[in-house]
Amino acid sequence: MIGGAAPVWAAPVWAVPVWGLVQLADPQQPPGPAAFFSFLDVSLVYTVVKLLIVFTVYMVGVALLTLAERKVSAWIQDRLGPNRVLKGWGQPLADGIKNFMKEESLPAAVNRPLFLLAPAMAFVPALVTWAVIPFGAPLPLPWGRMDLVLADLPIGYLFIVALSSLGVYGIVLAGWSSNNKYALLGGLRSSAQMISYEIALGMSIIPVLILSGDVTLGTIVQQQARGVWNALSLSVACLIFLIAAFAETNRLPFDLPEAESELIAGYHTEYSAMKFSLFFIAEYANMVTASALIVTLFFGGWTVPFWAAVNQPPWAWWKTVITLGAFLAKVLFFLFFYMWIRWTLPRFRYDQLMSLGWKVLLPTALAYIVIVAGATLGLDALGVRRGVGYGLCLFGLNVVLLLIVFFLVDRGRIVSPASARVRSAELTRLRAVRARSALAAGTGE
Amino acid sequence: MKAYVPVLLLIVFVIANAVMIIGLSHLLTRRRPTPEKQTPYESGVPPLGDARERFSIKFSMVAMLFIIFDIETVFMIPWGVAYRELSCGVPLVHGGCPTGQLSFFGLSEMLVFIGILFAGYVYVWKKGALQWD
Repeated sequence: MIGGAAPVWAAPVWAVPVWGLVQLADPQQPPGPAAFFSFLDVSLVYTVVKLLIVFTVYMVGVALLTLAERKVSAWIQDRLGPNRVLKGWGQPLADGIKNFMKEESLPAAVNRPLFLLAPAMAFVPALVTWAVIPFGAPLPLPWGRMDLVLADLPIGYLFIVALSSLGVYGIVLAGWSSNNKYALLGGLRSSAQMISYEIALGMSIIPVLILSGDVTLGTIVQQQARGVWNALSLSVACLIFLIAAFAETNRLPFDLPEAESELIAGYHTEYSAMKFSLFFIAEYANMVTASALIVTLFFGGWTVPFWAAVNQPPWAWWKTVITLGAFLAKVLFFLFFYMWIRWTLPRFRYDQLMSLGWKVLLPTALAYIVIVAGATLGLDALGVRRGVGYGLCLFGLNVVLLLIVFFLVDRGRIVSPASARVRSAELTRLRAVRARSALAAGTGE
Repeated sequence: MKAYVPVLLLIVFVIANAVMIIGLSHLLTRRRPTPEKQTPYESGVPPLGDARERFSIKFSMVAMLFIIFDIETVFMIPWGVAYRELSCGVPLVHGGCPTGQLSFFGLSEMLVFIGILFAGYVYVWKKGALQWD
């Protein structure tokens, strides 16, 4: 059936309605079953190979990330961390086996179909989103070129937006179906938080699209390879995206849906065994995808800076190895950054979280779109060629904007500690009160 | 259409995995339910009433505002992609605009759009819909 010369009778029965649907969806599709089966060629083999390898890497990576999280937290807090099962390396395996063997709790009052569906609803979008992210230079093989991206869809970034917002369903359904007040509150908080920050996330990406002129992630990577990283030319958008990505993945300092001091475990309070594990895998897989997305959109994706030869054709296997290494290194840095932030910053209060999303990030992103649109028009009018110089001009603008944001607009409200908000005379008075009450309690300070 | 086949494969594969994981853990574990185990866990306190009661209106408010601003974002995506074509009076030459042909069309159209929505945003803020306590 390879090559397109398949006779009509070779098509299985199920193919007829599917083929009809394909014809409806895409009028450009040449008629006939032979054309429909044209996807049965070497690229399908490539797809299956890539799918299996990346999926395995994701699952093993997530398992190792749980270990890394505990090791990093131990390192930051000056402890040892897990060091018993195979000197710590076997810990994820032991945890996995434990989760498979644990008793599953199924409280009497839950809504059973939704309770069973919710972990799968969280798991599936988390592990499908990576499909459009390119992770290396194309690999030339004897059977044809293998692009290191599962599906280079023309809709690119829109696919990610569509799928990542599906993740909230799993969490909301888990919270509601559990019939537990803490779980319900966790689910509600999570949905409100995720949709609030999705706006800032979506808006911070518009300047990137203005510069690249395309939504496919491959084009965005190439555009950064020709000029400078978007992290430089669009620093403000990068900052907004980074903050929103933390909120979207429910990580500290925005992990209110599962704030253990307030809500036990939030939306997965009632879950145990492997169903709990699915939520856990989904959270870490989302973290990997968010890191890969930050790298792709703002830090040049798989390209290597200051080494143009490795980012361009003719492709060779060593270029693939180097670029794959560069991509993994960048993603691992951001995964470490996630953990670093988690064990450094305290949790936000819910009203602070909401006002940061709606009153700070949203107007900033909106204003930034206008500024970037105006700036590109201005630079074009001045005759600056697209490339490194163009990016550096925008970088200069961003430095000015960041200074304005931090020193004029913010005036120490978010960046500096909370005490900076209080007038100094008031602060002295408050300190005196505290000293007096400490004296009255007889403890001193 | 061909480009979407890998995504379809991936979705089927991941769903199969999710079903397999839930099913496998269902088969491997033994369940010994007791009345205590089957009550909702609320920090050891016997649960009082049903959890599915009325909740704060603010969550619904956020959902409504989200729809407005998310649709705004969706409208801005095609504008952002087409911005270079929109800000050039004639068709682009090699991805660049010929000298002296720049136009403010793209920018002004979006300024009007953002301006209207910004007015709505200020109204919502002044009404206190963004206030969370």
